[in-house]
Formats: sequence, structure tokens, C-alpha cells
Amino acid sequence: MELFTIIAAIAIIASLIADRRKTWKGTKKGLLMFVKILPAILSVLILVSIFLYLLPNEIIVKYLGKDAGLTGYVFAAIAGSIALIPGFIAYPLAGILVKTGVSYPVIAVFITTLMMVGVLTLPIEIKFFGVRVSLIRNTFYFFGALTVGLLIGLFYIL
Amino acid sequence: MREILNKNRINFIIISAFTVFVAVSFVVNFSIGENIFKEQFYSFFKEMILFLPIMFILIGLGDVWINREKVEKHIGKDSGLKGIILVIFLSMAQVGPLYGAFPVTYLLWKKGASIRNIFIYIGAFCTIKIPMITFEIGFLGWKFSLLRTLLSLPIIIIIGVVMERLFKNKSFEVKQP
Repeated sequence: MELFTIIAAIAIIASLIADRRKTWKGTKKGLLMFVKILPAILSVLILVSIFLYLLPNEIIVKYLGKDAGLTGYVFAAIAGSIALIPGFIAYPLAGILVKTGVSYPVIAVFITTLMMVGVLTLPIEIKFFGVRVSLIRNTFYFFGALTVGLLIGLFYIL
Repeated sequence: MREILNKNRINFIIISAFTVFVAVSFVVNFSIGENIFKEQFYSFFKEMILFLPIMFILIGLGDVWINREKVEKHIGKDSGLKGIILVIFLSMAQVGPLYGAFPVTYLLWKKGASIRNIFIYIGAFCTIKIPMITFEIGFLGWKFSLLRTLLSLPIIIIIGVVMERLFKNKSFEVKQP
């Protein structure tokens, strides 16, 4: 994040030095896009907050746990697809899951669907790609993520 | 302003309802409402509100500075394997959540990137960003990360190719929000 801010600052300063009017035009355009997308992002964040509140870590651990069996995989895939958990929360959570005895295959399905499928972010994606393309992309990625997750699982079982 | 309002009716309803809910929760000390706001919403909001405006300014600057011919040549329709490798490296260096990648795809599309490379970009962004991988290794170990990366790569490339086949001759576009 800090690195990103530094690189961004350098880029903006370089642009200012090279051409002030162009920089202003670009900045205005970028901020306008931001303002237009902001309502969609805020409402997604609200839905995610409520979702994560209703689904605290303890419940996730319980349903993904050792004895969950096949249900564990199904729950992992569904929770991973719907949730929008930033990496800095998801990986520590995954670390806890491993320690509490959740198997690597289940973790793999959870992490891959979490990263590749975004049901809650669909409203934002649709603004860029339209309904059809967004739905198709998420469907493909869902099965892609399942494949990756299950293959990782195979490596851990063997 | 009016246009933003019209296009976001549902979003504004959600935002207003949430604002009222949180405000009332704080007034009457309703702990569920306070928790949802303080522990969930605010932490996401903090992460987003600094990062996204900067990201969008960079997109805007990219729009005025980046030369379309060059992008088209390197990651456009006829860019082949080299184009694929380039977009993968580009996305690996990114930070932030997935919804921060969509504006970048808008810029790439506008500057002439191919459909295939747009979706490979999204795929690589989801799966092999370097900041995320370092985190992953720390919590789940080398073996897990390596396996996940190596298995994800061919799959996102295949999905990219399939998406291009599906939408090549249709009116595909990445819209400006």
C-alpha cells in the first residue's frame, strides 16, 4: 500500500512537470469516474459488512471443520464465492482454519473461490462489463476455482 | 449529478437505509448496529477511501498519456504469447481489491487490448498478485502458494481464450462507469 502511494505520487508529479493541463484533464476524468462508481462501491461494502457480521469466524470454522466432510467443500465454495474478504483478513483466517484442523483441500476451495468469484461485487462488475459478460465470467471462474481447489487438494491427499 | 442519482437508485436506497440504521443504533446504543459499523464497515471503508481515488487518478492520467498504438501492438489482437506474458506481469504488480481492477480493464480496453488479454489480466489479478502471494506464503506455506499459482495460470489463460471466442464478434465493450 505504501509502495503504491509512493509510486502514484511520483507518477502524478512527473505528469505535472511534463504537462499541467493534461494532468488536470486526466485527474478530473479519473475523479469523475470515481464519483460515479462510489455509490455502487459503498452499497457493496454495506452488504459485505452485514454479511460478515452475520457470518463470524467461529461459524466459518464450525462449518468448514474436520467433521464437515462433503458439506465442508460445498460450504467453502459458497462462502468463498459470496464473500468479499480482503486478503489481510482472509489469509489469517485461513491460517486459523488450518490450525483448527480444517483440511487443505477445503481451504484451497475456499481461498480460490474467494479470490476468483465475486457475487457481492457483481453490481460493480456489471457497470463495466454488463450483465451477460459478468455472469459468464463469474460462472467460468467458479468452476475454474473449484478445479484449482480440488487439484490442490489431490496433491495434499496423495 | 442527476445522472448518477438515476443510475444508482437501489444503491442510494441501501446507503440511506444503512445510514439511518447506524445513526439510530448509536443513539439508542444498539450494539449490533454499532458493531457492524465499527468493526466491519469502517475497516473496509478506510482501506478503500484512500486507495481508490488515487487509483482512479492514475487511470485518468493513463488515459491522457498512454499511446493507443503501443498498447495495441503489445497486448492487442495479434499480440500472441508475448501479450499474455505482459498482461500477467502487469497484473502481478497490482495491489488492492478486485473492484480496483475493473477500472484498469476499462483503460486497457480503451487503449486497444484484446478481449483475451483483458480477461487474463482479471484472472491474474485475482490469483497471482505479488503482495497477496507474499501474504499467502506466510499463512499457508510455500507448497500451497506454489501449487495454487501453477494450477491457476493455465486455467485463467484457457478462460481468457474461451471468453474471446464467445464475445469476439459480439458487441463486447468495457464501459466507462
